[in-house]
Amino acid sequence: MLVISCIKQVPDTTQVKIDPVTNTLIRDGIPFIINPYDAHALEEGLRLKDRYGMRSVALSMGPPNTVATLRKAYALGVDEAILLSDRRFGGADTLATSKVLSAAIARLAQEEEVAVVLCGKQTIDGDTAQVGPGIASRLGYSQLTLVDRIEWVDPLKKRIRVRRKLEGRHEIVEAPLPVLITVVRELNRPRYPVVAKRLEAEDREVALWDNAVLKLEEESVGLKGSPTWVSKIFSPEREQGEIIGNGMADPHGAALLLLDKLAEKDILAL
Amino acid sequence: MDLQHLLFIAIFALSTASFVYSCQQRLGLLGIGAREDRFDRPGARLAAAMSYAFGQKRVLARPYGVNHFLLFWAFLFLLLANGEFLVEGLVSGASLARLLPAAPYRLLTALFDLVSLVALVSVLVAAARRLFFPPSYLGNDYTSAASGEAILILAMIATLMAAFFLMNAAHIALGTGDAWRPVSAALAAGLSRISPHALQMVAQAAWWVHALVLLAFMNLLPRSKHMHILTAIPNCYFQSLEKPNTLPREDFASGARYGVQEVGQYSWKDLLDSLSCTECGRCQDLCPAHQTGKPLNPRRVVHDIKVNLLENGPHLKHGGTGGVPLVGQAKQGTISEEAIWSCTTCGACTSVCPVLIEQMPKIVKLRRHLVQEQASFPEELLNLFENMEQRSNPWGMPPADRPKWSAPLGDRTYRPGATEYLFFAGCAGAFDNRNKQVTVALANVLDRAGVSWGILGKDEPCCGESLRRLGNEYVFDRMARQNVELFKERQVKKIVTQCPHCFSALKNDYRQFGLEVEVIHHSQLIAALVREGRLSFSRQPELGKVAFHDSCYLGRHNDIYLEPRAVLEAATGAVPAEMPRHRENAFCCGAGGGRMWLEEQSGSRINLARLNEAVKQQPDTLCVSCPYCMTMMEDGLKDLGLDRVAVKDIAEVAADALRTKP
Repeated sequence: MLVISCIKQVPDTTQVKIDPVTNTLIRDGIPFIINPYDAHALEEGLRLKDRYGMRSVALSMGPPNTVATLRKAYALGVDEAILLSDRRFGGADTLATSKVLSAAIARLAQEEEVAVVLCGKQTIDGDTAQVGPGIASRLGYSQLTLVDRIEWVDPLKKRIRVRRKLEGRHEIVEAPLPVLITVVRELNRPRYPVVAKRLEAEDREVALWDNAVLKLEEESVGLKGSPTWVSKIFSPEREQGEIIGNGMADPHGAALLLLDKLAEKDILAL
Repeated sequence: MDLQHLLFIAIFALSTASFVYSCQQRLGLLGIGAREDRFDRPGARLAAAMSYAFGQKRVLARPYGVNHFLLFWAFLFLLLANGEFLVEGLVSGASLARLLPAAPYRLLTALFDLVSLVALVSVLVAAARRLFFPPSYLGNDYTSAASGEAILILAMIATLMAAFFLMNAAHIALGTGDAWRPVSAALAAGLSRISPHALQMVAQAAWWVHALVLLAFMNLLPRSKHMHILTAIPNCYFQSLEKPNTLPREDFASGARYGVQEVGQYSWKDLLDSLSCTECGRCQDLCPAHQTGKPLNPRRVVHDIKVNLLENGPHLKHGGTGGVPLVGQAKQGTISEEAIWSCTTCGACTSVCPVLIEQMPKIVKLRRHLVQEQASFPEELLNLFENMEQRSNPWGMPPADRPKWSAPLGDRTYRPGATEYLFFAGCAGAFDNRNKQVTVALANVLDRAGVSWGILGKDEPCCGESLRRLGNEYVFDRMARQNVELFKERQVKKIVTQCPHCFSALKNDYRQFGLEVEVIHHSQLIAALVREGRLSFSRQPELGKVAFHDSCYLGRHNDIYLEPRAVLEAATGAVPAEMPRHRENAFCCGAGGGRMWLEEQSGSRINLARLNEAVKQQPDTLCVSCPYCMTMMEDGLKDLGLDRVAVKDIAEVAADALRTKP
């Protein structure tokens, strides 16, 4: 039984600058990190492995240097790491990305039953939160987004119960397996790799699946298969704000004025 | 040969065999320890042993130590008397009188008498102290239990002396003794009315009491904390000639183990340390964690290692496993994780131990295991570890922001061959708003003195010091190797730091990674510039009364006490006020050993304990020489609501004194 964690290598956004001419990210010399939400998806995969003896797989679509991030997944303890990389996959939007990931999951499912697919709720570079749901729709899996707790998985009855974190409330949901889950950061605290695993990971091979393996139609993947594209990136102009009261002289009074203002605009749920 | 003689020979043989057996049982356990070379530089080792063991340097640092000093030397001297006593017991008629001419023999035996009196008085003083006015650090949970043992030992020594006098006095009264023994002779005067027969009985009884107590004492040594009588001198000889907190590097290879999980992974010297502890309590008395109610007591750590060794050692020696975990729920022989994470690595314990036990490195070795093999550490450290690895600074700030502090000063890039000093601002000096002011102040001071300096800008890495103290040696090792490469590539020859933690790491720890450059702390550089007349202070800054707080990593770990004080004196025209605990005995701010990045979960706050001591000096300005101390002292003053006291780095004071009058 497989638990698959989909992870994306993203530029360390605290270090990213946007090229004002081309409207693209300046990536030169910017270190990459695992998308922070995906780190929790990876951790939950490892916990399901520990709890139910599932085999954990880390899956990532990206350029060849994504191998570094997948090695980190090995250091954390996944059983298998697979890189989906092909020049033809480049420039993909969320639709094309979900197609490639779905094809890879379907391929894994031919060999071994897939129980759970985990994705971060969104990435910090794209922020669309569309790829996870896209995979669920494409594969016909149950779709549970914004999960902050996995209550249990019943491998025999093939059911799962999770808690979803919604605005102002939680929702307990049961669904049949296989399931696609997108996770929020409250779900778990990612583990820290032990040195022995790190050293072991340096020698582990990351499987490379290109389109010769996945055999997807060229028109459906990468830039060609992407109906959306980024035309411009910019920081929105911020309107001049208003200074309320005199916080230096009378912080208490200023705080009260601010409360009134927020209540007036109905921003506070009072 | 009479029956008594035979009986003594039999008892002597049995007790000697038993003594040798228990020594061999205990010292044999050192063999399970890991290898560590402590046999190099015999000259330096001998000198240390002379000064610390025979000179009792650290024992004498406290007034009461004089008593131990007298007892120690009396003991050494009386070894000769007791040796003679035992040989005479075994071989009738054997005596030093046969070896020595009459005059020296008389002098020697007269001295035996006087020294025995000194020992007796010392022992009585020691017993009285323990019983009637014990210092606070002797009233600890497990040492009160060990107090019985201490009293027993003292009683034995007192009995030995009393029996020795009585025996000699009886012989003098009988006319067969050495009448020149002053104490015995005085005692003999009091025995004059007793019949010769009774005197014979007294002499014989005293001889037997002396003999039996002596042999019992010998056998008690290896089974008690008085083992230190046998191990303290070798323990001083095998001391660390490195800085004690510069732990050996680890070998990262497949199948290797990291740090210490079970007692056999400690080095043989660590184990010898545990057998050498006298439980005197000096370390716990200075330990900031212990003094503020944390579950760490360095003495307890050493004691638990010993208990664990004695319990598990025999099994480990024969390839088995020990039943008592070294790390776990605190009990005899087991150290709790909370205790391990409470250490600030301030080094007070190692700097005060009379027999040179290295307590703090033992704690860091346990951390190495917890971090690297178990990934078990306080939650707050996860962010720190990832930020360090990802962005080479503790806060995860963008590396590109590192040189922002220098922007108003123009391009100050370090140029190989052209720039003299690499100014290593450090993470706090580059990112922390308060400490950035110190960085700028130091830059201004250096400019005024015409010092050639440059920075690495966004390429400046974190030194990784916190990682090493927290036991994350794997990441530290990688950072240190990369950084040494970077320094070499930029042809760095001299480095000046404003942070004692960067300073200590680059100066001491990086040596293990092949960095052979001059590393100095800004207090040393500014003091030198003042000395050379390159800085002339034009005005006295309005600081009011100034008190100085020692940084552990500048002071205890690198013996720099005079320079920061010299800078303050030159800049303010006054000698800074000292707190009761200063220099070698200074009390930590609470942020060392990676504690900067951890919450204080139990006990009271270390920085407040230090500040309570500082404010008793009624300072207007508290001067520091370390960014961590700066943060801890400023935060603490806010907590105490003492806004009137300012905290300043010595570089700021110097910069202020250089400013021309407005």
